Amino acid sequence: MDTSVKYVRGPTTHDRTFLEEVIAQTPVDDPRLAYCVQCGTCGGSCPSGADMDYSPRELFAMIDANMREEVLSSNTPWYCVSCYYCMVRCPQDVHITDVMYTLKRMAVREGFSHESNAKDAPDFSETFIDFVENYGRSFELGLATLYHLRHHPLNAVRMATGMGFDLFRKGRMNLLPTRIENIDQLKAILAEAKAIGGNGDANL
Amino acid sequence: MPQERIGVYVCHCGSNIAGTVDVEELTAWAGEALRHRGVVVARDYKFMCSSLGQDLIAKDIKEDALTRVVVAACSPHLHEATFRKACADAGMNPYLCELVSIREQVSWVHTDKAAATAKAKAVISGGVERVIHHAPLEPMSVPINPATLVVGGGIAGIQAAMEIADSGFHVYLVEREPSIGGHMAQFDKTFPTLDCAACILTPKMVSIGSHPHITLLTYSEVEQVDGYVGNFNVTVRKKASYVNSDLCTGCSVCEEKCPKSVIDPVFEAGLGYRKAIYRSFPQAVPKFPVIDADNCIYFDTGKCKACEIHCEAGAIDFEQEDQILELNVGNIILATGYDLFDARRETQYGYGRLANVFTSLEFERLTNAAGPTNGNIVLRDGETTPKSVGIIHCVGSRDRKFNNYCSVICCMQSLKFAHLVKERTGAEVFNFYIDMRTAYKEYDEFYQRVLSEGVHFIRGRVAEVTDVSNTPEEEDKLVIQIEDTRIGRQRRIPVDMVILSAALEPRHDSDEVAHQFGISCSVNGWFIEKHPKLDPVATMTEGIYIAGCAQGPKDIPSTVTQGAAAAARVLGRIQQKEMALEPIRAEVTEALCSGCRICNNLCPYTAIVFDEAKEVSVINAALCQGCGTCVAACPSNAISGTQFSNEQVMAQLHGLLMLNIMEPVVS
Amino acid sequence: MQTYSYYPGCALERNAAVYHDSLMAVAESLDLTFTEVADWNCCGATEYITIDLIPAYALVGRNLALAAEQNCNGRSLVAPCSACFLNLKKADHYLAQSPELNRKVNQALAAGGLHYEPGSVHVKHLLEIITEDVGFEKVARAVKRPLFGLKIAPYYGCLIVRPVFDGTFDDAEQPTSMDTLMRTIGAEVVDFPAKAQCCGGHMTQISEAVALHLIHQLLKNAVDHGADVIAAICPMCQLNLDAYQDAVNKHYGTNFHIPILYFTQLLGLAFGFGEATMGIGQELVDARPALANIQVKPLKPVKRKRPSKTELPMPPKLQEVRSCLKNE
Repeated sequence: MDTSVKYVRGPTTHDRTFLEEVIAQTPVDDPRLAYCVQCGTCGGSCPSGADMDYSPRELFAMIDANMREEVLSSNTPWYCVSCYYCMVRCPQDVHITDVMYTLKRMAVREGFSHESNAKDAPDFSETFIDFVENYGRSFELGLATLYHLRHHPLNAVRMATGMGFDLFRKGRMNLLPTRIENIDQLKAILAEAKAIGGNGDANL
Repeated sequence: MPQERIGVYVCHCGSNIAGTVDVEELTAWAGEALRHRGVVVARDYKFMCSSLGQDLIAKDIKEDALTRVVVAACSPHLHEATFRKACADAGMNPYLCELVSIREQVSWVHTDKAAATAKAKAVISGGVERVIHHAPLEPMSVPINPATLVVGGGIAGIQAAMEIADSGFHVYLVEREPSIGGHMAQFDKTFPTLDCAACILTPKMVSIGSHPHITLLTYSEVEQVDGYVGNFNVTVRKKASYVNSDLCTGCSVCEEKCPKSVIDPVFEAGLGYRKAIYRSFPQAVPKFPVIDADNCIYFDTGKCKACEIHCEAGAIDFEQEDQILELNVGNIILATGYDLFDARRETQYGYGRLANVFTSLEFERLTNAAGPTNGNIVLRDGETTPKSVGIIHCVGSRDRKFNNYCSVICCMQSLKFAHLVKERTGAEVFNFYIDMRTAYKEYDEFYQRVLSEGVHFIRGRVAEVTDVSNTPEEEDKLVIQIEDTRIGRQRRIPVDMVILSAALEPRHDSDEVAHQFGISCSVNGWFIEKHPKLDPVATMTEGIYIAGCAQGPKDIPSTVTQGAAAAARVLGRIQQKEMALEPIRAEVTEALCSGCRICNNLCPYTAIVFDEAKEVSVINAALCQGCGTCVAACPSNAISGTQFSNEQVMAQLHGLLMLNIMEPVVS
Repeated sequence: MQTYSYYPGCALERNAAVYHDSLMAVAESLDLTFTEVADWNCCGATEYITIDLIPAYALVGRNLALAAEQNCNGRSLVAPCSACFLNLKKADHYLAQSPELNRKVNQALAAGGLHYEPGSVHVKHLLEIITEDVGFEKVARAVKRPLFGLKIAPYYGCLIVRPVFDGTFDDAEQPTSMDTLMRTIGAEVVDFPAKAQCCGGHMTQISEAVALHLIHQLLKNAVDHGADVIAAICPMCQLNLDAYQDAVNKHYGTNFHIPILYFTQLLGLAFGFGEATMGIGQELVDARPALANIQVKPLKPVKRKRPSKTELPMPPKLQEVRSCLKNE
C-alpha cells in the first residue's frame, strides 16, 4: 500500500521545535514521529506500560507541545524494554523504539536522566559501556557487581549469595573480562565517533 | 510557410498568476520579442476565462484576422475546452488554439517573481512555436449502441441496471455468483435506520429478474472486451450450472436431497454450510440452483445423482457446458464491489486462531435470521450467548501495513453491531475506536442513540486480543489489551466475543479487471474516476463508468447514488445517439512499422491491434485516447500523435529554450 | 557443506557457553561450518544506544566491517543471540537507509582503518539458517533419537521477529518456524500464545517488578499449556526465565520449575548427542527430570472430539492457505 509519503519540513520562519529536534536525532531519515495519530497502539502494546509516568502516545503529544522538561525527566523511555511490539503494530509506522532511545540520549546529555524513578537505568547503561570501551566485550559479573554495589548494595549481596552464586557455581560467570586484541582500533573508532556525534543529530 | 497571425493572451487569474508573474512585462515582451514569429497581438486580462476575456479573443480573431491563438493561463485540464469554444465561435478551427500553463507550472510552484516571469516567457515562447505547426482538425463522431453492460449485481449494479432499463433501454447484467444481491444481501439490518436489508433489497432483485429490458447473466464472467464507446463487443462466459433453467421450478428439493455439505465461503462468509447444489440464499434471483462441480459427489466419483433422481421437473443436466456469449453494447458500468480484508493478517487480533474472534461479515451472518444460527448471536460453539462483546474498529484500515485509507463504513457498522448485541443479548458491549466517524445524514444521531443504550466507548486502537491470562478473571476469556487514551492507562478487558470491523479492500482481481476494460486503478487498487470531485462515476476511458465500492469504500446510500449517477450518464449518452470524439489520436505510418508489436500491449486502452496480413500495428481511432504511450515506445518512430508530432514537440522545445529569439544572449 | 561467518556475542563466551557448544555440534550434524569473525567486539546490547548514537552504530559497524573484510565469498553472517542479531541487522539496514548516518559511521570506522558498505553482509539468526537454509527435511534426516513425548513450548521472544525489516522470516506476533522444527525432531509442541512476548530484557536490573511480571506471564502460560520444557533461542531470554524463576516463585507464591533449554540443545539430543555433551545440567532449573519424559514411541495423537452439531466452522489458518498457494 501507499507508504511513499514522507515528512518534509516545509519552509519555516521559526526555530527548530522539540519535535523536529527529536526527529533529527533519530537514526533514520524519517522516523515518522510527525505522523502519530494518538491511537494508543503503542501504549496498549507496551509490556511495561503500566509502570510508565506517561504512555508513549502521551509522550509524543507532549513532544509536539514542546514540553521538553517533562518529557526528558519522565521514566517512560527508561522503562522501554526494546520489545518492538509498538513499532510493528503502529499503524503509522512510527519508529517508536528508536525515538525512545533518542529521548534517553537527550535526557542523559541534558542532565535529566536522574529525575525519574528509573534513575538507575542510565548508570546501568554507563557501567555497561565502560566495560565495552575498555575491553571490547561486555562482562556480566563485573557489570552486575559494579552496578549493584553502586546502586543496590543489598542486591549485590543477594547476587553474590543467591542466583549469582548459582550461575558462578555452574561456570556461567567469568571472573575476568576478555579483552579483544585490537582494542586500540576500537578505541580510535569510538573516539572519532564521539567527536562526530557532536550535537546528537543523526541526519543533519 | 506563410507567416501565421498569432494572438497571445495572458491571464492574471486574479492574483493566482499575477501575484508571482509580472503579467504586464510578460505581455509586452510577447508582443515585442515574438513579433518576428507571427505574434501580432498580445494582451493580458484579469480573468481570461470570463465571458469578457473570451470576447477579447473573439474580437481579435475577427478584427485582426488571427490564424492562431495562444492562451497563457491555467492547466489545459481546466479551460482548454473554454478557449477552444471561444475560438470556434469566432470562426477559427478550435484546434488552432493552444493553452499553456503559467499557473500550475509557473506561479504556483515558484516564489521568485523575476525567475517566474522569465520561465513564463519561455513557456509562452514554446506555445507560440508549437501552435505554428498545428493543423485544423475535425472531431470524429461515433454512433451509440443503446444497450448497456452492467458488471456486478450488488446494490450498485442493481440500481444502475434498473434506472437504465426503466427508461426503456436494454441492459445486460453480469454477475459472477449464482445470485444477484451482493454484500447487501448478506446483511440483516442496515444503518442508521435499521431497515431489514432483505426487505428493501429483495423487491429490487425481483424486479431485475423479471424486467423485460434486462438480460440477467448470473454465474457468468466477462472474458474479453473489444471495441470502443458506442460499440463495445463483450465476450461473456456463462458457467455451466448443470441445471436447465427452462425446466427448473426453483422448488429446492434438490438442495434438500443433496448429501454433500460444504462450507460456504462466499455468502455465509465461511460461517455456514451449503450443499454441492445450491442457491446462495432462499430469495436468490434467479431462483435456479447451480451445481458446484468441484464439490459434487457425482463429478468426483461418477455416482450419486441424488438431485437428478429427486427433480420432478427433470431439470438437472450433467452434460451442460459453459456458454460463450457475445454482447454488443454502447456503454459499460463497472460495479464490481469490494472484498473484505483478510483479518488473519493482523495476527495480534487472533482471527483464525481464537475461536470467538469474528469478522464483520461473519457477524452479519450471525445476526441474520436466515443465517447459520437463525439470527442468534452466539459463540463459535453455536450455543453460548456471550455476556460481553468487544467490537474493534479500523482492522486493516488506516494502517500503513495494510490499507492506508479509512474504510468509511466501519464506525457506523460497529455502532449497528453494538446496538444489535445489546438489543438481542443484553451483553456488555465495548466499542474500541481511534476516532468516531459518523459524517452523514442521521449518522451521528445513531451514535447518540447507541450511547444512550449503555454501550461502552473506549477511545484507542486495540493493541492485541489474547488468550494469555494473567488473573483468574481472565481465564477462558479473550482479553482485549488497549491503552484507553481517555485516561492514558493500559487496560485489559476480558470478553467472550470479539468482532473485527475489517477493512473494505479492492477486489483481489481489480487490476486484471481494470486492464480488461482499459481503465486504471489507484495505488490502493480502487478504480480511478475521471475527476475525484467533478466527475466521480466516469473514467478516463470513454463509455466506461464505475459505481459503488469498486471506486472506493462507501456506504449503501452513496453506492446507490453512484449507481443512479452512472445510469444517468449512460442515458445521456444513449439519448445523444452519437457522440463526438476528440480528434487527438495516434497514427501508425505503415511504411515505418516493423511489426514488433511493442505498442500492442502497452496501450492502456487496448486500442492497438496487429494486422496479421500486413504485419503492421493498427490503431483503432475511436478507442485511442491520445495518451501518447505508443508514440514514445515505438522504436521505429512509426507512430505519431495528432497535435503531438515530432515537429510540434521539437518546435515547442525550440521555443522553450528561446532559440527562436534573435537577440544575442548576454555574455 | 554451507559456510557462514559466525558472530557468537559476549553471552556465548560464558553464561551461554552451552548454547555455543550445542550449536557447534548441531551445525556439524547439519553440514554447516561456522567461522568465527576474528576479534569481534560487543554489539552494545540495548545499552550503548541509550548513551551515544554515532559510537553505538560505529561499535556495530566495526563488527560488520570485520565480517565483510574476512568474508571473501559473500557468506551470510550468523548470530545466535537475538539482541546481537538485531543490532547487526538493524545497523546494516539503517546505514543503507540513511546516507548521513552511513557517512558519519564510516568516518568513525576510517579512524580504525575500516570501511563498511551497507548491504554487503547478510545477517541471519541461527534459527533462520536451520529452518530455512538447511530445511526441515535435512533436519529430519539427522534425527537419531526423536524426542517423542517431550512437550515443548517454543519461545521466540522479541528481537528475532521484531521489528519487521524487509525479509523478516517469521510472523511478528505468532511465529511458527521453531514449532515446526521441534515437531520435526519428534517433540510435542504445546500451544504457547505468549511465545513472542518479552522476557523483560535488562529490566531485571532496573525494575525487578516489571521484569518478574513478564517472566511470570511467560512461565505461567507455558505451564498452563502443559509444557515440560521451554525452548529458547536467545541467551537473555534463557537467563531471565531460568535464573529468575526462583524470584518469580517468591514474588508470586508460585512453584514453577520448568527448565529452559536452548533449542540447539534439544536438536543435539535428538541428533544423538549425550546430555553431558549438550551441557544439560548447566541450567539452574534442572532439565533432567523433564527429559526423562522422552518416550521410545510417539504419543498416540489425541483424537479431536467431534464438533457438536451446532458448532460453527473456523476460518482456515493463514499458513494452510499459504501452503495451498505454494502447492498450486
